[in-house]
Amino acid sequence: METIDQIPVQTGLKPKEAAKDGGVPAIAVEDLHKSFGSQKVLNGISLTVNRGETLAVLGRSGTGKSVLLRLIIGLEKPDSGSVLIHAQDIAGLGLDQLGAIRMKMGFLFQHAALYDSLTVEQNVAFPLVHHKKEMSKSERGDRVKQLLAEVGMEGHLEKMPSDISGGMQKRVGLARALALAPDILLLDEPTAGLDPISSGEIDDLVLKLQAEHHMASIVVTHDLHSAKTIADRLALLDGGNVVIEGSFEELQRSDIKFVQEFLGHS
Amino acid sequence: MIDRNFTAVAGTESPLSETRRSLISPNPFSAPINKFLEWFGDLGIFFWRVAHAAVTPPFEFRELFRQLDEIGSMSLPLVALAGAATGVVLSMEARYSLTRFGAKSLLPAAIVFSVIHETGPIITGLVVSGRVGAGIGAELASMKVTEQIDAVEASAVSPYRLLAAPRILACILVLPLLTLAGDACGVLMGWVAQALVEPLSLHQFINAGFNGADFNDFLPPTFKTAVFGLIIGLIACFQGMRTQGGAAGVGRAATSSVVLSSLFVILADVVLVKLILIFFP
Repeated sequence: METIDQIPVQTGLKPKEAAKDGGVPAIAVEDLHKSFGSQKVLNGISLTVNRGETLAVLGRSGTGKSVLLRLIIGLEKPDSGSVLIHAQDIAGLGLDQLGAIRMKMGFLFQHAALYDSLTVEQNVAFPLVHHKKEMSKSERGDRVKQLLAEVGMEGHLEKMPSDISGGMQKRVGLARALALAPDILLLDEPTAGLDPISSGEIDDLVLKLQAEHHMASIVVTHDLHSAKTIADRLALLDGGNVVIEGSFEELQRSDIKFVQEFLGHS
Repeated sequence: MIDRNFTAVAGTESPLSETRRSLISPNPFSAPINKFLEWFGDLGIFFWRVAHAAVTPPFEFRELFRQLDEIGSMSLPLVALAGAATGVVLSMEARYSLTRFGAKSLLPAAIVFSVIHETGPIITGLVVSGRVGAGIGAELASMKVTEQIDAVEASAVSPYRLLAAPRILACILVLPLLTLAGDACGVLMGWVAQALVEPLSLHQFINAGFNGADFNDFLPPTFKTAVFGLIIGLIACFQGMRTQGGAAGVGRAATSSVVLSSLFVILADVVLVKLILIFFP
Protein backbone atom coordinates (compact mmCIF):
# COMPACT_ATOMS: atom_id res chain seq x y z
CA MET A 1 0.00 0.00 0.00
CA GLU A 2 1.31 3.43 -0.92
CA THR A 3 1.32 5.96 1.92
CA ILE A 4 1.15 9.70 1.45
CA ASP A 5 4.78 10.05 2.51
CA GLN A 6 5.80 7.84 -0.41
CA ILE A 7 4.09 10.00 -3.01
CA PRO A 8 6.82 11.86 -4.88
CA VAL A 9 6.59 15.61 -4.54
CA GLN A 10 7.02 17.15 -7.97
CA THR A 11 8.67 20.54 -7.80
CA GLY A 12 9.18 22.19 -11.13
CA LEU A 13 9.89 25.62 -9.72
CA LYS A 14 10.66 28.35 -12.15
CA PRO A 15 9.70 31.56 -10.36
CA LYS A 16 8.66 34.39 -12.66
CA GLU A 17 10.86 36.78 -10.79
CA ALA A 18 14.04 35.88 -8.96
CA ALA A 19 14.30 36.67 -5.29
CA LYS A 20 15.36 40.26 -4.88
CA ASP A 21 16.42 40.03 -1.25
CA GLY A 22 19.83 38.51 -1.86
CA GLY A 23 18.32 35.20 -2.89
CA VAL A 24 16.40 34.92 0.37
CA PRO A 25 12.77 33.93 -0.18
CA ALA A 26 10.15 36.28 1.24
CA ILE A 27 8.33 33.32 2.81
CA ALA A 28 9.92 29.98 3.64
CA VAL A 29 7.97 27.28 5.44
CA GLU A 30 10.07 24.33 6.57
CA ASP A 31 8.79 20.97 7.80
CA LEU A 32 5.74 22.50 9.44
CA HIS A 33 3.57 20.30 11.66
CA LYS A 34 0.31 21.35 13.25
CA SER A 35 -2.35 19.35 15.07
CA PHE A 36 -5.56 20.30 16.83
CA GLY A 37 -6.08 17.72 19.54
CA SER A 38 -5.78 14.32 17.90
CA GLN A 39 -6.41 15.74 14.41
CA LYS A 40 -3.21 16.18 12.44
CA VAL A 41 -3.71 19.11 10.05
CA LEU A 42 -0.26 19.84 8.66
CA ASN A 43 2.25 17.02 8.38
CA GLY A 44 5.69 18.38 7.57
CA ILE A 45 4.82 20.89 4.85
CA SER A 46 7.61 22.91 3.18
CA LEU A 47 7.13 25.82 0.75
CA THR A 48 8.95 28.93 -0.43
CA VAL A 49 7.64 32.06 -2.09
CA ASN A 50 9.87 34.75 -3.57
CA ARG A 51 9.18 38.45 -3.94
CA GLY A 52 6.98 39.18 -6.95
CA GLU A 53 5.71 35.62 -7.06
CA THR A 54 2.20 34.26 -6.38
CA LEU A 55 1.70 30.76 -5.05
CA ALA A 56 -1.80 29.27 -5.04
CA VAL A 57 -2.45 26.64 -2.38
CA LEU A 58 -5.18 24.23 -3.42
CA GLY A 59 -6.76 21.23 -1.78
CA ARG A 60 -9.87 19.68 -0.39
CA SER A 61 -11.70 21.23 2.56
CA GLY A 62 -10.00 20.54 5.88
CA THR A 63 -6.54 19.92 4.45
CA GLY A 64 -5.02 22.79 6.43
CA LYS A 65 -4.81 25.50 3.75
CA SER A 66 -6.18 28.29 5.96
CA VAL A 67 -4.21 26.97 8.94
CA LEU A 68 -1.06 27.34 6.83
CA LEU A 69 -1.81 31.05 6.29
CA ARG A 70 -2.58 31.55 9.99
CA LEU A 71 0.75 29.93 10.87
CA ILE A 72 2.61 32.16 8.43
CA ILE A 73 1.20 35.34 9.99
CA GLY A 74 1.63 33.98 13.52
CA LEU A 75 -2.03 33.65 14.48
CA GLU A 76 -1.33 30.00 15.27
CA LYS A 77 1.82 28.41 16.66
CA PRO A 78 3.28 25.36 14.90
CA ASP A 79 3.89 22.12 16.82
CA SER A 80 7.24 21.87 15.05
CA GLY A 81 8.98 23.26 11.99
CA SER A 82 9.67 26.87 11.15
CA VAL A 83 8.18 29.85 9.33
CA LEU A 84 10.81 32.25 7.98
CA ILE A 85 9.77 35.70 6.85
CA HIS A 86 12.67 37.36 4.99
CA ALA A 87 14.89 34.69 6.63
CA GLN A 88 13.69 35.56 10.14
CA ASP A 89 12.10 32.72 12.08
CA ILE A 90 8.89 34.02 13.69
CA ALA A 91 8.79 31.24 16.31
CA GLY A 92 9.62 32.53 19.76
CA LEU A 93 9.34 36.19 18.79
CA GLY A 94 7.75 38.54 21.32
CA LEU A 95 4.51 40.32 20.45
CA ASP A 96 6.38 43.53 19.57
CA GLN A 97 8.84 41.78 17.22
CA LEU A 98 6.05 39.75 15.68
CA GLY A 99 4.12 42.98 15.24
CA ALA A 100 7.03 44.48 13.30
CA ILE A 101 6.98 41.46 10.95
CA ARG A 102 3.19 41.57 10.61
CA MET A 103 3.43 45.18 9.46
CA LYS A 104 5.17 43.82 6.34
CA MET A 105 2.28 41.46 5.69
CA GLY A 106 -1.26 42.00 4.46
CA PHE A 107 -3.94 39.42 5.20
CA LEU A 108 -7.31 39.10 3.49
CA PHE A 109 -9.58 36.88 5.60
CA GLN A 110 -12.02 34.42 4.05
CA HIS A 111 -15.04 36.50 5.12
CA ALA A 112 -13.11 39.79 4.95
CA ALA A 113 -13.35 40.22 8.79
CA LEU A 114 -14.15 43.92 8.54
CA TYR A 115 -14.74 45.65 11.88
CA ASP A 116 -18.53 45.82 11.95
CA SER A 117 -18.67 48.89 14.22
CA LEU A 118 -16.48 50.96 11.87
CA THR A 119 -17.27 52.47 8.47
CA VAL A 120 -15.51 51.36 5.28
CA GLU A 121 -13.21 54.39 5.58
CA GLN A 122 -12.38 53.67 9.23
CA ASN A 123 -11.71 50.01 8.43
CA VAL A 124 -9.12 50.90 5.80
CA ALA A 125 -7.67 53.64 8.02
CA PHE A 126 -7.30 51.23 10.97
CA PRO A 127 -3.68 50.11 10.31
CA LEU A 128 -2.68 53.69 9.44
CA VAL A 129 -4.19 55.10 12.67
CA HIS A 130 -2.18 52.61 14.72
CA HIS A 131 1.10 52.51 12.83
CA LYS A 132 1.43 55.77 10.91
CA LYS A 133 0.93 58.24 13.73
CA GLU A 134 3.13 60.77 11.91
CA MET A 135 0.46 61.02 9.19
CA SER A 136 -1.86 64.01 9.45
CA LYS A 137 -5.61 63.42 9.31
CA SER A 138 -5.81 64.77 5.75
CA GLU A 139 -2.83 62.66 4.60
CA ARG A 140 -4.49 59.62 6.10
CA GLY A 141 -7.78 60.49 4.42
CA ASP A 142 -6.01 60.84 1.07
CA ARG A 143 -4.25 57.50 1.51
CA VAL A 144 -7.54 55.77 2.38
CA LYS A 145 -9.21 57.28 -0.70
CA GLN A 146 -6.28 56.14 -2.86
CA LEU A 147 -6.47 52.59 -1.47
CA LEU A 148 -10.23 52.40 -1.95
CA ALA A 149 -9.83 53.75 -5.50
CA GLU A 150 -7.31 50.98 -6.21
CA VAL A 151 -9.94 48.38 -5.35
CA GLY A 152 -12.81 50.25 -7.00
CA MET A 153 -14.58 51.23 -3.77
CA GLU A 154 -13.98 54.98 -3.71
CA GLY A 155 -17.69 55.86 -3.53
CA HIS A 156 -18.46 53.89 -0.37
CA LEU A 157 -16.42 55.61 2.35
CA GLU A 158 -19.23 56.25 4.82
CA LYS A 159 -21.00 52.90 4.45
CA MET A 160 -20.97 50.26 7.18
CA PRO A 161 -19.71 46.75 6.28
CA SER A 162 -23.22 45.35 6.72
CA ASP A 163 -24.48 47.72 4.01
CA ILE A 164 -22.20 46.37 1.25
CA SER A 165 -22.11 43.02 -0.58
CA GLY A 166 -19.72 40.14 0.09
CA GLY A 167 -17.61 41.00 -2.97
CA MET A 168 -17.39 44.63 -1.90
CA GLN A 169 -16.39 43.57 1.61
CA LYS A 170 -13.54 41.55 0.11
CA ARG A 171 -12.40 44.59 -1.86
CA VAL A 172 -12.42 46.69 1.31
CA GLY A 173 -10.57 43.90 3.13
CA LEU A 174 -8.00 43.93 0.35
CA ALA A 175 -7.62 47.71 0.63
CA ARG A 176 -7.09 47.34 4.40
CA ALA A 177 -4.51 44.58 3.80
CA LEU A 178 -2.61 46.92 1.47
CA ALA A 179 -2.75 49.96 3.77
CA LEU A 180 0.81 49.60 5.12
CA ALA A 181 2.26 48.75 1.67
CA PRO A 182 3.20 45.17 2.63
CA ASP A 183 5.89 43.00 0.97
CA ILE A 184 3.78 39.91 1.52
CA LEU A 185 0.09 39.37 0.77
CA LEU A 186 -1.86 36.41 2.14
CA LEU A 187 -5.29 35.81 0.64
CA ASP A 188 -7.63 33.27 2.22
CA GLU A 189 -10.29 32.17 -0.29
CA PRO A 190 -10.57 35.57 -2.02
CA THR A 191 -13.29 34.37 -4.39
CA ALA A 192 -15.21 32.01 -2.09
CA GLY A 193 -18.95 32.65 -2.04
CA LEU A 194 -18.83 35.13 -4.92
CA ASP A 195 -20.63 34.93 -8.24
CA PRO A 196 -18.44 34.25 -11.33
CA ILE A 197 -18.39 37.92 -12.36
CA SER A 198 -17.36 39.15 -8.90
CA SER A 199 -14.77 36.33 -8.73
CA GLY A 200 -13.34 37.45 -12.04
CA GLU A 201 -13.19 41.04 -10.82
CA ILE A 202 -11.33 39.99 -7.67
CA ASP A 203 -8.89 37.93 -9.79
CA ASP A 204 -8.26 40.92 -12.06
CA LEU A 205 -7.77 43.11 -9.02
CA VAL A 206 -5.23 40.72 -7.48
CA LEU A 207 -3.34 40.53 -10.79
CA LYS A 208 -3.32 44.34 -11.07
CA LEU A 209 -2.10 44.79 -7.49
CA GLN A 210 0.53 42.12 -8.01
CA ALA A 211 1.82 43.88 -11.13
CA GLU A 212 1.94 47.23 -9.34
CA HIS A 213 3.32 46.22 -5.95
CA HIS A 214 5.44 43.10 -6.68
CA MET A 215 4.56 41.38 -3.43
CA ALA A 216 5.14 37.77 -2.48
CA SER A 217 1.64 36.33 -2.35
CA ILE A 218 0.04 33.13 -1.17
CA VAL A 219 -3.54 32.55 -2.28
CA VAL A 220 -5.52 29.79 -0.62
CA THR A 221 -8.40 28.73 -2.82
CA HIS A 222 -10.70 25.94 -3.94
CA ASP A 223 -11.18 27.73 -7.22
CA LEU A 224 -8.85 26.13 -9.80
CA HIS A 225 -9.79 28.68 -12.46
CA SER A 226 -8.90 31.55 -10.13
CA ALA A 227 -5.64 29.82 -9.12
CA LYS A 228 -4.69 29.33 -12.77
CA THR A 229 -5.38 32.99 -13.50
CA ILE A 230 -3.54 34.67 -10.66
CA ALA A 231 -0.77 32.28 -9.60
CA ASP A 232 2.71 31.59 -10.96
CA ARG A 233 2.82 28.27 -9.14
CA LEU A 234 0.27 25.95 -7.60
CA ALA A 235 0.70 23.66 -4.60
CA LEU A 236 -1.83 20.89 -4.06
CA LEU A 237 -2.28 19.77 -0.47
CA ASP A 238 -3.63 16.49 0.80
CA GLY A 239 -3.29 14.90 4.20
CA GLY A 240 -1.43 17.92 5.53
CA ASN A 241 1.34 17.77 3.00
CA VAL A 242 2.17 19.02 -0.50
CA VAL A 243 1.30 16.32 -3.01
CA ILE A 244 2.55 18.29 -5.99
CA GLU A 245 3.91 21.77 -6.64
CA GLY A 246 4.44 23.45 -9.98
CA SER A 247 2.75 25.25 -12.84
CA PHE A 248 -0.78 24.36 -13.90
CA GLU A 249 0.62 22.52 -16.93
CA GLU A 250 2.91 20.47 -14.66
CA LEU A 251 -0.08 19.52 -12.53
CA GLN A 252 -1.96 18.48 -15.66
CA ARG A 253 0.95 16.28 -16.75
CA SER A 254 1.16 14.57 -13.35
CA ASP A 255 0.23 10.90 -13.20
CA ILE A 256 -0.63 11.02 -9.47
CA LYS A 257 -4.16 9.74 -9.09
CA PHE A 258 -5.19 12.34 -6.50
CA VAL A 259 -3.98 15.19 -8.73
CA GLN A 260 -5.93 13.86 -11.68
CA GLU A 261 -9.02 13.40 -9.50
CA PHE A 262 -8.72 16.94 -8.15
CA LEU A 263 -8.25 18.51 -11.58
CA GLY A 264 -11.01 16.36 -13.02
CA HIS A 265 -13.55 17.47 -10.44
CA SER A 266 -12.59 21.15 -10.46
CA MET B 1 -3.81 3.09 -3.60
CA ILE B 2 -3.11 5.99 -1.31
CA ASP B 3 -3.31 5.21 2.36
CA ARG B 4 -4.96 8.22 3.99
CA ASN B 5 -4.90 6.76 7.47
CA PHE B 6 -2.18 9.10 8.75
CA THR B 7 -0.55 8.29 12.01
CA ALA B 8 1.66 10.52 14.13
CA VAL B 9 5.17 10.70 12.78
CA ALA B 10 7.66 9.28 15.25
CA GLY B 11 9.55 11.96 17.10
CA THR B 12 7.08 14.79 16.42
CA GLU B 13 5.19 14.41 19.73
CA SER B 14 6.72 16.53 22.46
CA PRO B 15 7.35 15.17 25.98
CA LEU B 16 4.97 17.90 27.19
CA SER B 17 2.04 16.38 25.32
CA GLU B 18 2.85 13.01 26.96
CA THR B 19 2.76 14.68 30.38
CA ARG B 20 -0.49 16.46 29.57
CA ARG B 21 -2.06 13.23 28.39
CA SER B 22 -1.11 11.48 31.62
CA LEU B 23 -2.56 14.40 33.63
CA ILE B 24 -5.83 14.23 31.70
CA SER B 25 -6.58 10.69 32.77
CA PRO B 26 -9.98 9.08 32.19
CA ASN B 27 -10.76 9.43 35.92
CA PRO B 28 -14.17 11.17 35.98
CA PHE B 29 -13.18 13.24 39.04
CA SER B 30 -9.86 14.53 37.76
CA ALA B 31 -11.19 15.78 34.40
CA PRO B 32 -13.28 18.70 35.78
CA ILE B 33 -10.49 19.63 38.21
CA ASN B 34 -7.93 19.64 35.39
CA LYS B 35 -10.30 21.74 33.27
CA PHE B 36 -10.82 24.21 36.12
CA LEU B 37 -7.06 24.49 36.77
CA GLU B 38 -6.40 24.92 33.06
CA TRP B 39 -9.05 27.70 32.94
CA PHE B 40 -7.40 29.42 35.90
CA GLY B 41 -3.95 29.12 34.33
CA ASP B 42 -5.19 30.59 31.05
CA LEU B 43 -6.92 33.40 32.98
CA GLY B 44 -3.62 34.16 34.76
CA ILE B 45 -1.72 34.32 31.45
CA PHE B 46 -4.47 36.53 30.00
CA PHE B 47 -4.30 38.86 33.02
CA TRP B 48 -0.51 39.13 32.70
CA ARG B 49 -0.74 40.04 29.00
CA VAL B 50 -3.46 42.64 29.62
CA ALA B 51 -1.55 44.14 32.57
CA HIS B 52 1.60 44.39 30.42
CA ALA B 53 -0.37 45.99 27.58
CA ALA B 54 -2.09 48.41 29.98
CA VAL B 55 1.15 49.85 31.44
CA THR B 56 3.26 50.07 28.28
CA PRO B 57 2.77 52.63 25.48
CA PRO B 58 1.04 53.25 23.16
CA PHE B 59 -2.02 53.84 25.33
CA GLU B 60 -5.49 53.60 23.85
CA PHE B 61 -7.01 56.67 25.57
CA ARG B 62 -9.72 57.17 22.97
CA GLU B 63 -10.98 53.62 23.42
CA LEU B 64 -10.75 54.03 27.22
CA PHE B 65 -12.96 57.14 27.15
CA ARG B 66 -15.42 55.38 24.87
CA GLN B 67 -15.62 52.47 27.30
CA LEU B 68 -15.98 54.81 30.30
CA ASP B 69 -19.03 56.25 28.59
CA GLU B 70 -20.36 52.87 27.46
CA ILE B 71 -19.85 51.14 30.82
CA GLY B 72 -20.33 54.11 33.16
CA SER B 73 -23.00 56.41 31.72
CA MET B 74 -25.06 53.61 30.25
CA SER B 75 -25.09 51.63 33.53
CA LEU B 76 -26.00 54.64 35.67
CA PRO B 77 -29.82 54.47 35.30
CA LEU B 78 -29.89 50.75 36.12
CA VAL B 79 -27.58 51.13 39.14
CA ALA B 80 -29.57 54.13 40.38
CA LEU B 81 -32.83 52.22 40.07
CA ALA B 82 -31.40 49.14 41.82
CA GLY B 83 -29.97 51.36 44.60
CA ALA B 84 -33.28 53.18 45.03
CA ALA B 85 -35.25 49.92 45.21
CA THR B 86 -32.79 48.57 47.78
CA GLY B 87 -33.20 51.72 49.90
CA VAL B 88 -36.99 51.40 49.87
CA VAL B 89 -36.93 47.68 50.74
CA LEU B 90 -34.36 48.23 53.49
CA SER B 91 -36.47 51.02 54.95
CA MET B 92 -39.61 48.89 55.02
CA GLU B 93 -37.89 45.76 56.38
CA ALA B 94 -35.76 47.60 58.95
CA ARG B 95 -38.73 49.61 60.16
CA TYR B 96 -40.68 46.43 60.84
CA SER B 97 -37.79 44.70 62.64
CA LEU B 98 -36.57 47.69 64.65
CA THR B 99 -40.09 48.59 65.78
CA ARG B 100 -40.50 45.06 67.16
CA PHE B 101 -37.34 45.48 69.23
CA GLY B 102 -38.12 49.08 70.30
CA ALA B 103 -35.20 50.55 68.38
CA LYS B 104 -37.11 52.59 65.81
CA SER B 105 -34.85 55.62 66.40
CA LEU B 106 -31.96 53.67 64.85
CA LEU B 107 -33.79 53.34 61.55
CA PRO B 108 -31.86 56.08 59.63
CA ALA B 109 -28.51 54.69 60.82
CA ALA B 110 -29.56 51.14 59.94
CA ILE B 111 -30.49 52.19 56.41
CA VAL B 112 -27.39 54.33 55.82
CA PHE B 113 -24.93 51.80 57.23
CA SER B 114 -26.52 48.90 55.36
CA VAL B 115 -26.44 50.78 52.10
CA ILE B 116 -22.89 52.17 52.24
CA HIS B 117 -21.31 49.11 53.89
CA GLU B 118 -22.72 46.28 51.89
CA THR B 119 -25.91 46.49 49.88
CA GLY B 120 -24.82 49.45 47.73
CA PRO B 121 -21.45 47.94 46.67
CA ILE B 122 -22.69 44.38 46.15
CA ILE B 123 -25.87 45.41 44.32
CA THR B 124 -23.80 47.69 42.06
CA GLY B 125 -21.30 44.88 41.44
CA LEU B 126 -24.01 42.38 40.53
CA VAL B 127 -25.99 44.80 38.37
CA VAL B 128 -22.85 45.80 36.44
CA SER B 129 -21.72 42.18 36.09
CA GLY B 130 -25.11 41.44 34.52
CA ARG B 131 -25.23 44.39 32.14
CA VAL B 132 -21.57 44.96 31.36
CA GLY B 133 -20.37 41.37 31.72
CA ALA B 134 -22.91 40.16 29.17
CA GLY B 135 -22.23 43.12 26.88
CA ILE B 136 -18.44 42.76 26.84
CA GLY B 137 -18.60 38.96 26.64
CA ALA B 138 -21.02 38.98 23.70
CA GLU B 139 -19.27 41.82 21.84
CA LEU B 140 -15.80 40.28 22.03
CA ALA B 141 -17.13 36.79 21.34
CA SER B 142 -18.89 38.07 18.24
CA MET B 143 -15.63 39.72 17.12
CA LYS B 144 -13.77 36.49 17.79
CA VAL B 145 -16.05 34.21 15.78
CA THR B 146 -16.12 36.63 12.83
CA GLU B 147 -12.28 36.79 12.87
CA GLN B 148 -12.28 40.50 13.73
CA ILE B 149 -9.93 39.90 16.67
CA ASP B 150 -7.62 37.95 14.35
CA ALA B 151 -7.81 40.89 11.93
CA VAL B 152 -6.72 43.25 14.74
CA GLU B 153 -3.78 40.95 15.49
CA ALA B 154 -2.93 40.54 11.79
CA SER B 155 -2.80 44.34 11.56
CA ALA B 156 0.03 44.21 14.14
CA VAL B 157 -2.19 45.71 16.84
CA SER B 158 -2.39 43.94 20.20
CA PRO B 159 -5.99 42.93 20.99
CA TYR B 160 -5.00 42.93 24.66
CA ARG B 161 -4.04 46.61 24.37
CA LEU B 162 -6.88 47.72 22.09
CA LEU B 163 -9.81 45.61 23.28
CA ALA B 164 -9.21 44.13 26.74
CA ALA B 165 -7.18 46.76 28.64
CA PRO B 166 -9.55 49.73 28.03
CA ARG B 167 -12.61 47.68 28.99
CA ILE B 168 -11.03 46.33 32.18
CA LEU B 169 -9.63 49.74 33.18
CA ALA B 170 -13.01 51.36 32.53
CA CYS B 171 -14.70 48.77 34.77
CA ILE B 172 -12.14 49.41 37.55
CA LEU B 173 -12.59 53.21 37.36
CA VAL B 174 -16.34 53.25 36.93
CA LEU B 175 -17.48 50.79 39.60
CA PRO B 176 -16.66 53.02 42.64
CA LEU B 177 -18.38 55.99 40.94
CA LEU B 178 -21.46 53.93 40.16
CA THR B 179 -21.43 52.66 43.75
CA LEU B 180 -21.53 56.26 45.00
CA ALA B 181 -24.52 56.93 42.78
CA GLY B 182 -26.24 53.71 43.91
CA ASP B 183 -25.54 54.55 47.58
CA ALA B 184 -26.95 58.07 47.16
CA CYS B 185 -30.13 56.76 45.53
CA GLY B 186 -30.49 54.06 48.21
CA VAL B 187 -30.15 56.54 51.09
CA LEU B 188 -32.45 59.06 49.40
CA MET B 189 -35.19 56.54 48.66
CA GLY B 190 -34.75 55.04 52.16
CA TRP B 191 -35.60 58.49 53.50
CA VAL B 192 -38.56 58.86 51.11
CA ALA B 193 -39.99 55.50 52.24
CA GLN B 194 -39.45 56.50 55.87
CA ALA B 195 -40.92 59.99 55.39
CA LEU B 196 -44.06 58.61 53.77
CA VAL B 197 -44.86 56.61 56.91
CA GLU B 198 -43.59 59.06 59.51
CA PRO B 199 -42.76 62.68 58.63
CA LEU B 200 -39.00 63.29 58.91
CA SER B 201 -36.92 65.93 57.12
CA LEU B 202 -34.01 64.85 54.92
CA HIS B 203 -31.68 66.92 57.11
CA GLN B 204 -32.79 65.05 60.25
CA PHE B 205 -32.54 61.70 58.44
CA ILE B 206 -29.00 62.38 57.22
CA ASN B 207 -27.86 63.69 60.61
CA ALA B 208 -29.24 60.64 62.39
CA GLY B 209 -28.03 58.24 59.70
CA PHE B 210 -24.43 59.46 59.54
CA ASN B 211 -24.09 60.11 63.25
CA GLY B 212 -20.89 58.37 64.36
CA ALA B 213 -19.87 57.40 60.81
CA ASP B 214 -16.34 58.18 59.61
CA PHE B 215 -14.35 57.68 56.41
CA ASN B 216 -13.52 54.10 57.39
CA ASP B 217 -17.22 53.32 57.09
CA PHE B 218 -17.40 54.90 53.71
CA LEU B 219 -14.20 54.66 51.67
CA PRO B 220 -13.10 50.98 51.95
CA PRO B 221 -16.54 49.56 51.01
CA THR B 222 -16.76 52.00 48.09
CA PHE B 223 -13.27 51.33 46.76
CA LYS B 224 -13.57 47.55 47.14
CA THR B 225 -15.84 47.76 44.11
CA ALA B 226 -12.75 48.58 42.03
CA VAL B 227 -11.83 44.92 42.64
CA PHE B 228 -15.31 43.94 41.48
CA GLY B 229 -14.65 46.01 38.34
CA LEU B 230 -11.38 44.15 37.74
CA ILE B 231 -13.15 40.80 38.14
CA ILE B 232 -16.06 41.73 35.85
CA GLY B 233 -13.88 43.24 33.11
CA LEU B 234 -11.24 40.51 33.25
CA ILE B 235 -13.64 37.56 33.17
CA ALA B 236 -15.90 39.09 30.49
CA CYS B 237 -12.94 39.91 28.21
CA PHE B 238 -11.36 36.51 28.81
CA GLN B 239 -14.54 34.56 28.11
CA GLY B 240 -15.28 36.68 25.04
CA MET B 241 -11.82 36.45 23.50
CA ARG B 242 -11.51 32.66 23.91
CA THR B 243 -14.91 31.89 22.37
CA GLN B 244 -15.26 29.20 19.75
CA GLY B 245 -18.19 27.95 17.73
CA GLY B 246 -20.31 30.57 15.99
CA ALA B 247 -23.57 32.01 17.34
CA ALA B 248 -23.86 29.30 20.00
CA GLY B 249 -20.37 30.21 21.20
CA VAL B 250 -21.34 33.88 21.47
CA GLY B 251 -24.36 32.92 23.60
CA ARG B 252 -22.22 30.70 25.80
CA ALA B 253 -19.62 33.46 26.23
CA ALA B 254 -22.26 36.02 27.27
CA THR B 255 -23.86 33.62 29.75
CA SER B 256 -20.59 32.40 31.23
CA SER B 257 -19.32 35.98 31.55
CA VAL B 258 -22.32 36.92 33.68
CA VAL B 259 -22.39 33.71 35.73
CA LEU B 260 -18.65 33.60 36.44
CA SER B 261 -18.22 37.32 37.10
CA SER B 262 -21.24 37.36 39.48
CA LEU B 263 -19.92 34.29 41.27
CA PHE B 264 -16.42 35.72 41.66
CA VAL B 265 -17.80 39.13 42.75
CA ILE B 266 -19.70 37.41 45.57
CA LEU B 267 -16.66 35.32 46.57
CA ALA B 268 -14.39 38.39 46.44
CA ASP B 269 -16.88 40.30 48.58
CA VAL B 270 -16.53 37.73 51.36
CA VAL B 271 -12.75 38.06 51.32
CA LEU B 272 -12.78 41.85 50.99
CA VAL B 273 -15.26 42.34 53.86
CA LYS B 274 -12.99 40.29 56.11
CA LEU B 275 -9.92 42.29 55.01
CA ILE B 276 -11.75 45.59 55.56
CA LEU B 277 -12.76 44.50 59.06
CA ILE B 278 -9.11 43.61 59.80
CA PHE B 279 -7.44 46.69 58.32
CA PHE B 280 -10.15 49.32 58.92
CA PRO B 281 -11.71 48.25 62.23
